[in-house]
Amino acid sequence: MAITADHIRDKLTKELAAVHVDVEDTSPNRCAASYKVLVVSSQFEGKSLLQRHRLVNTCLAEELKEIHAFEQKTLTPEQWEKQKAQ
Amino acid sequence: MNSLIRNTARCLRSGAAVYIPRQADGRVWTSSARFLCAAADIQKALGDIVQKDKVVVFMKGTPAQPMCGFSNAVVQILRMHGVDDYASYNVLEDSELREAPNVTLVKMTSLDWNAAFSNQHNNKDNFFGVKAFSNWPTIPQVYFSGEFVGGCDILLQMHQNGDMVEELKKLGISSSLLEAEKESK
Repeated sequence: MAITADHIRDKLTKELAAVHVDVEDTSPNRCAASYKVLVVSSQFEGKSLLQRHRLVNTCLAEELKEIHAFEQKTLTPEQWEKQKAQ
Repeated sequence: MNSLIRNTARCLRSGAAVYIPRQADGRVWTSSARFLCAAADIQKALGDIVQKDKVVVFMKGTPAQPMCGFSNAVVQILRMHGVDDYASYNVLEDSELREAPNVTLVKMTSLDWNAAFSNQHNNKDNFFGVKAFSNWPTIPQVYFSGEFVGGCDILLQMHQNGDMVEELKKLGISSSLLEAEKESK
């Protein structure tokens, strides 16, 4: 079964209580082989970048077995507000 | 489960002495114990590899010829900081050896590295190898002083927010970006 952007968004929203998720299929022909995600969650507060990425990786462990390339950005709501303001 | 069977089969093919007891249960146990030993050997060897050099990169291709954009990004970031002296391991190396029938996984040899790395070809098959070792699903992977730092995204962000200079300093490496900054002042 191909992994859809919607599926990734739903899972991150549910399991990491993400307040904002962007999912972009970055494979050349949008064949769901590579994804780029932006996750905004208060669960990232006080955590290092590595810990945040591990949270996302764990959440998507099953999906990542099928995905060839995966880029992620992990922000706290506060960082997200700052970034939007820029 | 499929990968377990496949890996077990690979271990069996590799000429390991296998005791085949009468009960089917026992047989399963014997082969998976053998498999787990092999996996443990590779994990231990990877532990040695990351301790051996201050900076270790597992990547697709070589620093001179990266075979993937993300691996290339890591190489370029390190280059920008003047880090040229690091150990890099090509996970795509020698794929023809991947299916070598006589690889014995008891003692780690260069053939075993290929066994460890070749699993990276198949995302489903990451029970052992560097992905399992780091508990990280993607390549490249960067280690500083035996500590897992992260993949491409993390290195890029460390480069952008200045953490890279600090982390390199802890390793006793002075970033060439820092030097350049000093000179311009």
